[in-house]
Amino acid sequence: MTDEKVIEVKDLVKKFGSFIANDHLSFNVHRGEIFGFLGANGAGKTTAIRILSGLSKPSSGEVKVAGYDIYRHAEQVKRHIGYMCQKFSLYEDLTVAENIMLYGGIYGMPGKEIKNKTGTLLESLDFTGYRKRIIGDLPLGIRQKLAFAVAIFHKPDIVFLDEPTGGVDPITRRQFWEMIYKAADDGITIFVTTHYMDEAEYCDRVSIMSEGKIIDIDSPAQLKKKYGSPSIQDVFVKIARPANNK
Amino acid sequence: MKRLAGFIKKEFIHIFRDFRTLIFLFGIPAAQILIFGFAVRTDIKNAGIAVLDKAKDEISTGLISKLESSDFFILKENLMTDTRIDEVFKTGEIKAVFIFESEFGKTLINEGSANIQIIADGSEPNVANLVTSYSRAIISDYTMELNRAEETSAIPVEPEVKMYYNPNLESQYMFVPGVIAIVLLLTCAMMTSVTITREEEFGTMEVLLVSPLKPIQVILGKVMPYFLLSLIDVVFILFLSWLVFDIPIRGSLILLMLESMLYIMMGLSLGIMISTLARTMQQAMFTSLLGLMLPAIVLSGFVFPVESMPEIYNWLSSIIPPRWFVTIVKNIMVKGTDFSFVIKETFILLAMTLLFITLSTTRFKKRLE
Repeated sequence: MTDEKVIEVKDLVKKFGSFIANDHLSFNVHRGEIFGFLGANGAGKTTAIRILSGLSKPSSGEVKVAGYDIYRHAEQVKRHIGYMCQKFSLYEDLTVAENIMLYGGIYGMPGKEIKNKTGTLLESLDFTGYRKRIIGDLPLGIRQKLAFAVAIFHKPDIVFLDEPTGGVDPITRRQFWEMIYKAADDGITIFVTTHYMDEAEYCDRVSIMSEGKIIDIDSPAQLKKKYGSPSIQDVFVKIARPANNK
Repeated sequence: MKRLAGFIKKEFIHIFRDFRTLIFLFGIPAAQILIFGFAVRTDIKNAGIAVLDKAKDEISTGLISKLESSDFFILKENLMTDTRIDEVFKTGEIKAVFIFESEFGKTLINEGSANIQIIADGSEPNVANLVTSYSRAIISDYTMELNRAEETSAIPVEPEVKMYYNPNLESQYMFVPGVIAIVLLLTCAMMTSVTITREEEFGTMEVLLVSPLKPIQVILGKVMPYFLLSLIDVVFILFLSWLVFDIPIRGSLILLMLESMLYIMMGLSLGIMISTLARTMQQAMFTSLLGLMLPAIVLSGFVFPVESMPEIYNWLSSIIPPRWFVTIVKNIMVKGTDFSFVIKETFILLAMTLLFITLSTTRFKKRLE
């Protein structure tokens, strides 16, 4: 992790009619950081991720991603980020190699480079035998790992992971997080939302959202100390609860 | 451009790897052509007839063999008594019975006219109509030949009815434009709406929209393969109907293909619009099937003539695109007219296409928010 800021958000507001989904969010994320974005369902996490990844425009506020202004240079932003959501696990009727070829191509990588890198990638994951297999025939865990590998295949500055481990078994989840650490070591910033509080403990810093506002941001250790809690789960229940009871 | 190429290639892989899609694209058109061409006929061929010849003279037997030798009728039975008439109709194999009065030939020569009674099976009104009008034509032909042969002075004046463009009133001329209109509407609108909602359902649409591909490129990449395959479909249908039913294209093939392209674009934009309204593949499929198929078949003028519909249906039919396309294809294919005769229809289709594109862009933008 470095001090260089790759995400800068200042007073971000997003309104849908009279409903305020994001209420003056302000935070920064540093290069190579693993940033956990927590909050109960409906707290406004997905809205914020959609804005940061250029899918929707904020109502007001300043947002810079990978050094580019989200209003003026949305195209540049898109070139420098990767994205993976829970629902997404590649095209089921395409082979592993075809999926990689497709996404590499979409991000403007030359065909030759894609082919070379595909070999290295599959070797590093120990997936060489899956190269020509149809995605639909592979177990969910392998698919999710491949999906993550594909999301960072074009070496983005930041990768947004929206509940990437939903429905995955604990062993695969652990392996998935090992992949996340390795990506962070390579200088890719990880912006991750999750409902698994043990995963939140793996993050360098977490922010906890409730009712459209960020209640707190800090390292898991600091948060636990501040709220006198033994775990992030406990911290979360203490401060993010109100949204749930409404 | 290179980014888009890979994306289009992927769409082709989807299509060629899915057996059902291929059946849909090429099996259904072929089946429709053959079903409509062979089974749904509004012309007749080999209709069973019976005769009750009370005269049994040269002229009556001559007329019977004339009826028999036409492609339209097959003589199934020679009746001996009036009472058999009822029975043969009940078998359902006999569509008409011809009854010659006794001394038919003699009366005809002496008095200049004689009576034949034609009793047709009214339980199938269309067939009955066709049978009677076909047999009238054959009979009047025959009497004219007789007159010439006998060189009698009195040549009876016969009304001569001639069908323009389609002299034998063959129904295949009607269904080819209809099948093209329906098949294209299905492949374009239904397949695109389903393939786009599929991306949304599987979460891949979001990943595509986050990627450097522009939304317009994503949509173009999705519909481009269907545009090409639909064009192949048009050629396939035209070729099949020429091969099997000998249906010619009288007008310009280039004009016909250009009009087809316009209609395909209309169908694709309609499909995109449906995909922006439907949440799931099933919704998209049902909307396209029920919302498009039925009106297309009933109201396009391909099965039932638009002119004879009650005004409200006539009005309804004018808002469905296939009606205009059927007219265009009929004009170019059957009548051999040039562009000046289909300008109105072309502009209506163009306006519809633009409307669908505008509506889907607004809906799409709203949905992204």
